[in-house]
Amino acid sequence: MKPFDEMQAGRKVRQPYQDYDRWFGEQDGDYLTAKSRDAEQVFRRTGITFAVYGEQEAAERLIPFDIVPRIISGTEWRRLAQGIEQRVVALNAFLDDIYHRQEIIRAGRIPKSLIAHNDAFLPEMLGIKPPGGVYTHIIGVDIVRTGENEFFVLEDNARTPSGVSYMLENRETMMQLFPELFRDIRVRPVENYPQLLRQSLAAVAPEAARENPTVAVLTPGIYNSAYFEHSFLADSMGCELVEGSDLRIENGKVAMRTTEGYKPIDVLYRRVDDGYLDPLTFEPDSALGVAGIMDVYRAGNITIANAPGTGIADDKAIYSYMPEIVEFYTGRKAILQNVPTWRCSDEDSLKYVLEHMSELVVKEVHGSGGYGMLVGPAAKKAEREAFAAKLKARPANYIAQPTLALSTCPILTEKGLAPRHVDLRPFVLVSDQVRIVPGGLTRVALKQGSLVVNSSQGGGTKDTWVLED
Amino acid sequence: MLLGRTANGLYWMHRYLERTENTARLIDAGLRVALTGGSEPGDVWSSVLQSAGIDEAFAQAHEEANARTVTDFMLRDTRNPSSVLSAMETARNNGRMVRTALTREVWESLNEAWMNLCKSLVRPVPDNRMPVALEQIKREIAHIRGAFEGTMLRDERFDFSRLGTYVERADNTARILDVKYYVLLPGATWVGSALDTHQWESILRSVSAHRAYRWIYDVQYKPTNIADFLILNRRMPRSLAFCYTNIAENLAYLANDYGIRHECHETANAMLAQLNAARITDIFDQGLHEFLTGFVRENNKLGAEIAESYRFY
Repeated sequence: MKPFDEMQAGRKVRQPYQDYDRWFGEQDGDYLTAKSRDAEQVFRRTGITFAVYGEQEAAERLIPFDIVPRIISGTEWRRLAQGIEQRVVALNAFLDDIYHRQEIIRAGRIPKSLIAHNDAFLPEMLGIKPPGGVYTHIIGVDIVRTGENEFFVLEDNARTPSGVSYMLENRETMMQLFPELFRDIRVRPVENYPQLLRQSLAAVAPEAARENPTVAVLTPGIYNSAYFEHSFLADSMGCELVEGSDLRIENGKVAMRTTEGYKPIDVLYRRVDDGYLDPLTFEPDSALGVAGIMDVYRAGNITIANAPGTGIADDKAIYSYMPEIVEFYTGRKAILQNVPTWRCSDEDSLKYVLEHMSELVVKEVHGSGGYGMLVGPAAKKAEREAFAAKLKARPANYIAQPTLALSTCPILTEKGLAPRHVDLRPFVLVSDQVRIVPGGLTRVALKQGSLVVNSSQGGGTKDTWVLED
Repeated sequence: MLLGRTANGLYWMHRYLERTENTARLIDAGLRVALTGGSEPGDVWSSVLQSAGIDEAFAQAHEEANARTVTDFMLRDTRNPSSVLSAMETARNNGRMVRTALTREVWESLNEAWMNLCKSLVRPVPDNRMPVALEQIKREIAHIRGAFEGTMLRDERFDFSRLGTYVERADNTARILDVKYYVLLPGATWVGSALDTHQWESILRSVSAHRAYRWIYDVQYKPTNIADFLILNRRMPRSLAFCYTNIAENLAYLANDYGIRHECHETANAMLAQLNAARITDIFDQGLHEFLTGFVRENNKLGAEIAESYRFY
């Protein structure tokens, strides 16, 4: 089946792309190629790089940027935004429930074993009420499109979603390269994301500090693959970028070492995984976190965003229950669809998955970033067989989904425009209210026919436009 | 408000930038002296290694000190923490760590310098490309310094950066002088010989001072004048007195901003007072070598006190 093309509907250009298409038709090919090179220069000079784990010589790489924007109409966006809002509200209600009364399990809507035997579930969080009652403050909802009105949520990234700096830098770069486009086409702005993030975090600071809280971003350090983003966000929010070695507990507060002594922090936007957050509670060898921070948290004296233990909400095994979860907490059917998912822990499902591996995408329940997954249709027979062995050894560790015909958007190639598969990660902020920036990160598989959009696997990005209409 | 780690990062970023440039300048001086003849090339390069304080590290990596081995060790060898590539990498890593404390212009010029130097020093630099390569290093650093001077707010971030620059520079100038202190001693029998002229010229060149010297003193090199210029002249940007005038000034701003003085303030002021009061003849009477080794020691102590007072670690 031919995938849905977001620009071209047969011979006609779809409505959101019409103005862009007119402009594009007037441009000279060499001019665009030159602009493409300019863009790369901008990214390299700015140091917008990421690290690929396991690659020695190319320690810092650029994510390829394509200069053709991905365009979404205002109407399409409104529907998406509604669906996203419903979903993040449900995710937070679910987390609150799981770490308190567990009504959803009592009601028999999801099995108890799914929680109890899940590594992402943190018993340490049981009974803790985070300041402001919010668990997952920053969420990246991965959405794919398969038709005019067909949108699916592929994943809810409720732990420490990354990529927002690319959304912002992509826009910045496009505005530098093509100011005339932004004059002629009304694109909704995304630039205020850092201010919104700051507002959003401040609004759920511990009660006593809510007037003027001190916010800091916690990074594992310069060798982390997303370090650029950490420093970018701290910088654009006007707050400190701290590492574990800067922090300690003083007078019942988390405090950072400054040139004038220790200063308390009220909100910590942490980009360090749960396990490394507190060596006293979790990984004892971790130098990335702060010894004792969980005690301060329990006492309600710091906001940790996202809260520890939110992984239980974006776990791939939980994912398959999202329609039930949304309905249970919001009382309505989910606006955004889930991708049908086979849980391999289930014997019949496992049998089906093993028999249909060449059609399915098989994923590790706890994997992310495109690591540890098999794209059946693209895999060689030997690869499929090797994966089947792993699957049989630990079935509960895997889920499978049909290979979706992801929509395509054109990218600029040497031979002009050519369609490539894309997905979309809008960024959502949950606090006293839900804030969604109109846009997100569009990831694009640069290889013809490829469905893998992850940057670690050769994917690129595009600026994402939501039109004012 | 500034994190101690950020102050530390700014300080070391600037120390290593300064070191990068000093290394390039030392190579330049070495090449010049080796070319003009008069000295044994082996001696020239040994003394360059000593000036850079890397003679022991070099001895572990190479047997013979010649133009090829020494320049390569100083430009590209990652076993040498002061080589241009290593120092630039360290400066850039520190800059990356404190990126939020730098203007976009400073960060980008630093990042670009690192990328450009990594590229142009990927292979050994042949003799005929050496002048271009050294020129490029100096230009990249000048670019960063220009962005820094032109765009940074004059606050604590600026002060810690400048402290790094001047502590490193003072150390560097003192070391260069100390390695050659014997050719500056008056009364040596070979004063005025061609050999001497080369030695002095090399000292002045290694701190980019050979033209400025002629503006202030005589066309003739005189050891006491050279020492005076590099130690006590407060308008010579690489002299010890100049460095300490700036160190004291930036420390005073910090004391003012934070409302508290530390041990490092006393140390810096004492050293500045000593430099201001001294006459070059007194220093020679006291012993130039003793003076310089004492200075390097005190300068190191100051660095440690700054780190301690402002909670670098």
